[in-house]
Amino acid sequence: MEYHIDIPAGKDEIKKLKIGDIIYVTGKVFTARDEAHHMMLEKNNISFSPGDMALYHCGPLMKEENGEWQVVSAGPTTSSRMEIFEDKFLRKFGTNIIIGKGGMGERTKKALQKYICIYASYTGGAGALAAEKIEKVEGVYWLDELSMPEAVWIFKVKEFGPLVVSMDSYGNSIYENLKKR
Amino acid sequence: MNFKEIEDGIVELIRKAETELPDDVVKSLKNAYEIEDGVAKTQIDAILKTIELAKKSKRPMCQDTGIQTFFIEIGVDFPFINKIKDLITNAVKKATLEIPLRPNTVDPFTGENHKDNTGDHLPYITWDLVDGSDVHITAFPKGGGSENMSKLGMLKPGVGIEGVKDFVVEEMIKSAGNPCPPTVVGVGIGGGADLSLKLGKRALLRPVGVRHKDKNIAAVEEELIKRINGSGIGPMGLGGKTTVLDVHVEKAHRHPASLPVGIAVQCWADRRARMVIYSDGSWEVK
Repeated sequence: MEYHIDIPAGKDEIKKLKIGDIIYVTGKVFTARDEAHHMMLEKNNISFSPGDMALYHCGPLMKEENGEWQVVSAGPTTSSRMEIFEDKFLRKFGTNIIIGKGGMGERTKKALQKYICIYASYTGGAGALAAEKIEKVEGVYWLDELSMPEAVWIFKVKEFGPLVVSMDSYGNSIYENLKKR
Repeated sequence: MNFKEIEDGIVELIRKAETELPDDVVKSLKNAYEIEDGVAKTQIDAILKTIELAKKSKRPMCQDTGIQTFFIEIGVDFPFINKIKDLITNAVKKATLEIPLRPNTVDPFTGENHKDNTGDHLPYITWDLVDGSDVHITAFPKGGGSENMSKLGMLKPGVGIEGVKDFVVEEMIKSAGNPCPPTVVGVGIGGGADLSLKLGKRALLRPVGVRHKDKNIAAVEEELIKRINGSGIGPMGLGGKTTVLDVHVEKAHRHPASLPVGIAVQCWADRRARMVIYSDGSWEVK
């Protein structure tokens, strides 16, 4: 099935998504890689609302022109690096859509079930295509401490996809199914 | 000699590598599009769209613009051999701002990003001395996701080539969707630990679809392609027929007690571009 989802997505919407579905999302996403996960888990005050956005495993290539940030290329990064943080991250921030590539492990799979979330895969390396779907850079956090790829960037996206629901809120994973074969 | 012009030439070389894939790779991806269906086809479709967009808009196809890697064949009669390294380093700094490239060089101890894609031992340059007075440079920006799937096996010689093949197939199945398949896999067999990995990486420079000139090695390549694609991992590890676009094998003689196997993996964005610098300082990006 194909769905067009507005972020933030309600529980019912997340529940209707099953592995193999294709989705396009519209709304806000924030990027976070290893360093940002680590930092956000340690901080008590976050001045944006991760729970109202999708989490995007991405270290974008950005360009600053006349004081404004523009996205040059922004495909997904390998999600398995964030496996050690993700269950705690979902619990703390209430984000219910993760976008990444390559899939995640057992701990995240259980967390997706527990907190009713999905993991959706975006085509790795499709950075130029992804940049086309990003309408606006809404902000950046910890750019000086973490530098461009590791900083948290907030993007407004429109019809961002196609994303493949590869881990759903029922404990199913395309990656695991293929491994079993 | 106008060194600034050569430096600009190297920036163009990097730009070409980052924004345009070689024809052999595009052709192979188009073939994959024809044979895939369902989710796998959506992935190849997004890849082909990205390639087209990057070429048209002259922007890096992937946000991971890689570790700047260069293979150089330098003619011993080229008059300014001593300048080439500095020219490349300066061109990398310039390209980082102009193209732009993502700052990708991090100090392993402090975690600090050098911000210009240079740093200790980087850009990474491999030198070969050749006859003549021309310099041939291949730019080979190498992404981190695929590099993380590199493997070194110090196998027991008793397992033979069959053991080598099993090792490669098992490791590529373990890598699953992580290196952004469909990938190109380079396998170096023999030499020592470092040489096998070096041969594996160098094997990636061979165009997709070109078999080793030794028939026996070519047969091993064909078998590996078939077995890895038979795994069903598919584009981006979401299932499908195309897990590798190609497998290239190179060999060196080995120590009687060792059978090193180095695996280098390149994502579908198999970025390669070549330039030649002539002894009068003129240059061409090919």
